[in-house]
Amino acid sequence: MAAADDWQPSATPGALAGRTELLEQLRAFFAQRGVLEVDTPLLCSGTITDPAITPMASGDRWLQTSPEYAMKRLLAAGSGPIYQVCKAFRAGEAGGRHNPEFTLLEWYRPGFSLAELIEEVADLARAVLGNTLHRVVTYRELFRQYLGIDPFLVDAEELEAFARARLDYSGGAETRDTWLDLLLTHLVEPQLEGLVFVHDYPASQAALARLREEDGVTVAERFELYVDGLELANGYFELTDPAEQRARFEADNRTLASRGEPARPIDEQLLAAMEAGLPSCAGVALGLDRLLMKKLGAERVRDVLSFDWSRC
Amino acid sequence: MASYSTNEFRSGLKVMLDGDPCSIIENEFVKPGKGQAFNRVRLRNLKSGRVWERTFKSGESLEGADVMDRTMEYLYSDGEFWHFMEPDTYEQYQADKDAVGDAAQWLKEGDRCEVTLYNDSPLAVVAANFVELEITETDPGVKGDTASGGSKPATLSTGAVVKVPLFLSQGEIIRIDTRSGEYVGRGKS
Repeated sequence: MAAADDWQPSATPGALAGRTELLEQLRAFFAQRGVLEVDTPLLCSGTITDPAITPMASGDRWLQTSPEYAMKRLLAAGSGPIYQVCKAFRAGEAGGRHNPEFTLLEWYRPGFSLAELIEEVADLARAVLGNTLHRVVTYRELFRQYLGIDPFLVDAEELEAFARARLDYSGGAETRDTWLDLLLTHLVEPQLEGLVFVHDYPASQAALARLREEDGVTVAERFELYVDGLELANGYFELTDPAEQRARFEADNRTLASRGEPARPIDEQLLAAMEAGLPSCAGVALGLDRLLMKKLGAERVRDVLSFDWSRC
Repeated sequence: MASYSTNEFRSGLKVMLDGDPCSIIENEFVKPGKGQAFNRVRLRNLKSGRVWERTFKSGESLEGADVMDRTMEYLYSDGEFWHFMEPDTYEQYQADKDAVGDAAQWLKEGDRCEVTLYNDSPLAVVAANFVELEITETDPGVKGDTASGGSKPATLSTGAVVKVPLFLSQGEIIRIDTRSGEYVGRGKS
């Protein structure tokens, strides 16, 4: 329960005005490029199946964890390029760089490749953060460079031994992806400087991205943008195949069931829209609060929020 | 004892880890947007004083430690133990050298300090942030020299040695910040 003496804003002086200025910059950026601003519902009857994200419910509906599904339905209906600035909700994600209620900037570009979208995200970051050079590196190369291991070839036991030699980890045996997430967040991210785009993720971390064969391994056409080690955006060359999409949703629900968690209702309207035809497109979700942190030089997300989670 | 989940870890929370009472210093939530959530936690082992970092999978929980901080009055030292008294109940506790640690050099009989009790016996002692102690030995004071900014070592009644301005003399009472061990001014008494 929030304490009454916590009535004052958590935002630092200048952060409220900084947000207004950022929104003006973003709207000008997309207006110039002919991308339409849209507004989709926050409360939906379907939700995300990703076991790593816990959605929140309100009444008999779900608060969106991102506007992805509704925006894809607009794309399937022929909207053309679209963007949205909206609130998203993820249970339990509270900390120095997380707030369970946060603001996303999400946009979709029909006809774009992943590489073209990376360039556009870099343009946007430059427009907001100043004239910064960016670097594009594959997930595989990132691990080779910073840790000297090949994330596509090492097995879970080798990853575990590597991690335990460097970190005091309380848990027991974990999946390959959990070890990779541990190494990425603890040992790689702190070393990243400037704008770094990481792309071509392991297929097991594809989420809603398409898969492709590359150098004898299957990679997901997905990227993440880091600014000085802070994860800022996640983009996909979007999966358009409804059968593959349904199979991934169902696999997620099996993972949830194996952990004793309830299955999540699959968004049938998204699948129906994909059945009708989602145009080939690339899309990205960018944490607007974190972009504002970088623009203002703030250390904590609460510094850029009117009232953070502990004050509302 | 209650148990605490990673999202309840706060600075100052006392938990049991590997059989020892530990105090949480910092808890950082770390999660890739599309991946596993972790809590990166800095802890102090209250027995050994060791500070280190351990990572937990978010949602794990730890048992609370029966550790309490109490304000007590320092009574005296018999050479082996330091004796403290709870002012409300007059209950007395004796703490050994490990528990008193660096605080020993700031303890003056009758002063208040913080004593951490674990299973009802002293585990750690923290002196008050500011203490006033008498200078028992230092070079003669240089009269009028309040501006040169020079300093000299002074031994205090507790045996601690601190740097003080040149104008101070033996027998004077000075105020010390025990967290930094620095002279902050002349004492009031």
